[in-house]
Amino acid sequence: MENLHFEYEVAGNNFSQAGMASDAVKSTLKKMGIASEDIRRVAIAMYEGEINMVIHGGGGVAVIDIFFDHIEIKLIDHGKGIENIELAMTPGYSTAEDEIRALGFGAGMGLPNMKKYADVLEIESEVGVGTTVYIRVDFH
Amino acid sequence: MENNYFHTVFLDADKCKGCVTCMKRCPTEAIRVRNGKASVFYDRCIGCGECVRLCPSHAKLASYDSFDTINDFKYKIALPAPSLYGQFNNLTDVNYVLNGLLALGFDEVFEVGRGAEYASAVTKIIFDQNKVKYPVISTACPAVLELILSRYHNLKDNLLNILAPVDISAKLARDKAIKRGIPPEDIGVYFISPCPAKVYALKLGVGVNKPYVDRVLSTGEVYMKLVPAMNKLEPSDLKPLSKMGNLGLHWATSGGEATATFRSKYLAADGIENVKHILDGLEDNTLTEVDFIELDACAGGCVGGVLNVENPFVAKARIRQLRMKLPATSSNILADEGKPLSYYVWEDEPQFKNFDKLDENRLSAMQKLMEVENLLNTLPQYDCGMCGAPSCRAFAEDVVSGIVSDKCPRLDTEVKNETK
Repeated sequence: MENLHFEYEVAGNNFSQAGMASDAVKSTLKKMGIASEDIRRVAIAMYEGEINMVIHGGGGVAVIDIFFDHIEIKLIDHGKGIENIELAMTPGYSTAEDEIRALGFGAGMGLPNMKKYADVLEIESEVGVGTTVYIRVDFH
Repeated sequence: MENNYFHTVFLDADKCKGCVTCMKRCPTEAIRVRNGKASVFYDRCIGCGECVRLCPSHAKLASYDSFDTINDFKYKIALPAPSLYGQFNNLTDVNYVLNGLLALGFDEVFEVGRGAEYASAVTKIIFDQNKVKYPVISTACPAVLELILSRYHNLKDNLLNILAPVDISAKLARDKAIKRGIPPEDIGVYFISPCPAKVYALKLGVGVNKPYVDRVLSTGEVYMKLVPAMNKLEPSDLKPLSKMGNLGLHWATSGGEATATFRSKYLAADGIENVKHILDGLEDNTLTEVDFIELDACAGGCVGGVLNVENPFVAKARIRQLRMKLPATSSNILADEGKPLSYYVWEDEPQFKNFDKLDENRLSAMQKLMEVENLLNTLPQYDCGMCGAPSCRAFAEDVVSGIVSDKCPRLDTEVKNETK
């Protein structure tokens, strides 16, 4: 059986729209009858990823593939990229500018939270080219 | 579409013009227009009353018990909602309302605003015990509770597990009457409700083992009888019946319950679309800086309920004025009553529902979702409502679920126009 495939645009520098893709994915998973705890993990990991695309990536595209027993989320942006991925994964570390922090974002918990809730988290990034975050959440 | 679910709203079919107003604005997409008339999937209805509020033809009606049911019991206890006091012009003393209710034939009154003060006191204890998952979500608005139970299962552990003020009031009033020697079967408890969602919740008994309220009357219907009765009262007739404090009355308006928790990090949102945004955010874990969340389906809070007569903002202004005249709420309210904490908490866990699921079998649900996507891609995606479904996606889901077998009428017209 093939999988469900969706693509969502994520607008850059638009906080009010961040979370729209994750809301659409949540709605689909509820229609599939996925357990609420799994939906919660997907929602949190994906929302954090979307916010990162808005803050750092200048927007991009969320590519979603839903299989019978898991979901794969690819968040692709063509922003400034991550210099040191290991450092970026450290809780509390953030390169967000003061004006972003003033909005309540950029606390340095985005990637650590995504790692916490995802079963697989992979990051490919090249400075000046962009970042692709791959999230996999298994369903129970 | 008829089924066993309780019907909170019904249709005056002669008045319904088959426009799409209610269908487009229903927060759970529970309405379809079939054969020119609006009909409701009652399993999806949360009783919020938006369709009643918005219908330009006044064809949508909320269900409630007629005032004539006052004769169903020998000993009648009236439970006025805090929002009731906001309905009257130039009301200087809440006792006019309470004495007016006695003049209408009730034997006793118990203010739900008073019951709300018990709820606030219990909430405070639950917070102090720290046995909660933050942020704690209020369960006082029955439409919001119904929405969470059907759509936001993730938030189960955040729900405040206490009885609604109306249930606390009914339970206390009934127990006191029995203690005074009134036979239980003679006692009838009548709630004067601002909204159809309360009618639904009280008939079904959400969070309680069995309903404590016997009849649910409409604020509007009671108002029409109450005003002449109140006008006949002389100041010297007025018995000081009110036991409600300032904080209890505040529950009539959005933010009242939150204020009464005495917590600084609260959020209060009103209006069903705003409530949905907050719940979506909670699912994404974005609201970590608040510890208490009050959500009211109606704009303005309970004063915005569709069974009221007055504009919610006018009522809100009046409630504010009246609150200044009331005494401060006693901090000792629970000790005075001498009941254990368990008296005030949920007796029964409310049932979660899942009407979102397209199929019980996950594989079949996925198959249906694929069919929905494929069909959706052929539709114009204007969400015009011509087909009788609120959006192209809802139409596609109805087709795939076998509820309708129609074609998109808009697409049909456009194809015909092109081939002319």
